[in-house]
Amino acid sequence: MFEASSLNRKNLRNERLVKASLGLMTGLLILPVVLILSTLLYKGGPVISFEFLFASPTNGMTAGGIFPALLGTILLVLVALIASVPLGVAAAIYLSEYAPDNWFTRAINLAIINLAGVPSIVHALFGVGAFVIFFKFGTSILAASLTLAIMTLPVVIVATRESLQAVPQAFREACWNMGATRWQTIRRVVLPNAITGILTGVILEVSRTSGETAPIMFTGAAFFLPLLPQGVLDQTMALSLHLFVVSTQVPDMPEELPYGVALVLISIVLIMNSLSIALRMYLRGRKKW
Amino acid sequence: MVAVAEPTAVNKLEVDRLTIRYGDHVALEDVSFEVRENEVFGIIGPANSGKTSFLKTINRMDMFDSNMSFEGAIRFNGVDVSRVRNVYGLRRRIGVVFPLPVGLPLSIYDNVALAPRLAGQKNRAELDIIVERCLRRAALWDEVKDRLHSLGSMLSGGQQQRLTIARALSQEPELLMLDEFSIAVDPVTTMRIEDVLRELKKEITIILVTNLVQQARRLADRTAFFLEGRCLDVAPTEELFTGTVSDPRTRDYVEGRFG
Repeated sequence: MFEASSLNRKNLRNERLVKASLGLMTGLLILPVVLILSTLLYKGGPVISFEFLFASPTNGMTAGGIFPALLGTILLVLVALIASVPLGVAAAIYLSEYAPDNWFTRAINLAIINLAGVPSIVHALFGVGAFVIFFKFGTSILAASLTLAIMTLPVVIVATRESLQAVPQAFREACWNMGATRWQTIRRVVLPNAITGILTGVILEVSRTSGETAPIMFTGAAFFLPLLPQGVLDQTMALSLHLFVVSTQVPDMPEELPYGVALVLISIVLIMNSLSIALRMYLRGRKKW
Repeated sequence: MVAVAEPTAVNKLEVDRLTIRYGDHVALEDVSFEVRENEVFGIIGPANSGKTSFLKTINRMDMFDSNMSFEGAIRFNGVDVSRVRNVYGLRRRIGVVFPLPVGLPLSIYDNVALAPRLAGQKNRAELDIIVERCLRRAALWDEVKDRLHSLGSMLSGGQQQRLTIARALSQEPELLMLDEFSIAVDPVTTMRIEDVLRELKKEITIILVTNLVQQARRLADRTAFFLEGRCLDVAPTEELFTGTVSDPRTRDYVEGRFG
């Protein structure tokens, strides 16, 4: 009764073939990640030490540590966050909670999507034109961070808007029916339930910002500085640019040093990503509806 | 078809030639009647007959739907709601209970304290009193008094619906509008809520939209029958069920022949 016809057998064979090859492709995805991480750990791991993290480079950057670059990356990311988070969250709240659905709002949404697609080198040149030259910030932490902020604004806006829209509409309507204004509703019911999602977006922004090179190259990150920056109008070193410099620009560079820099950089990104995943899991566990 | 107000009765709500539209679609057409102080006014009728749109227009929730517009007048305490500048003040005087219970993702206490807080009440002792009074009036106090600070959205459906009623009462409304409140509620809870409504009627006016004809018969002093965007009958409830009705379809509906 259930004997397989030749057509059945062919289908079964195809099914096994397709399943196996799709699985293989998926398995291949892990390969680059594993290779990159293991190479970095193997070659760069021994370099990492307290001194490497907290001392300045010496001997034309061929020895010593990476502290100015590490500090510079942290500063750049912090200032970028201070600029982009309030702006992005405000824009997302407006778009999600206030804006009527008309051509203008749709145009703004389209602009945000396109902003996310602008290549980072174009952002860099915009940053030079706008912040370095027009606003006369010079090549500085401020100019570089603002460039990074504009580049990552779409990430903040989209993450915030999505977490706002995940809050059920019925909650808003219940509040409005009680005589709450839109802002009262947002502050008391919508934002408290969206805040973890917004934080997740912000952390992802940090991980993306910390690795960017092009936008800061011409706007505030320096090849080498003997001193730490004293304020936001100073230039700074940065990990991503430092990695580029020690890998390609310095003769007689010990082979393992660039791997150490790369390992620190990728660790920052991975730590931030894990934080965001942990936060999301925490959020799911605490879901209130 | 248009019921005429008895001169002695005080009207809470006067609906005067009201037409509600969504774009070109007419949801309610040329409806006029009045709702009297301290009565339970029932509205029955099948789905899509304009009942919910009517409620939304009373407290100006139409403002949140750019597609929605209305003509004619609704006078609340004699004031045309379309001329009310402070719609937030208007909405605070009108409590609303939805078909599906909406327990806000706040603690039980905060759910009930929300409306007073929105109105500016900050005194903790005052809030405690309001919360207890409203939960008692909604027949929920005994079940939740030991866990006021657990989440309101985690209560059972029937409890959430009583929480919603407590929340509506915390606004100290003059008018309570219930939109098919028993859809997601078990029969025992429905009966308890109906008892609550009978008590509340002594103090406030209630508009009860219901898909259960018998619920209107149990609770409503007067009842309107909406069908396909028209109000076919407004009459004292018993008359609607036993006496002569102006439209034969009303009789068919209340006797369960369609709908």
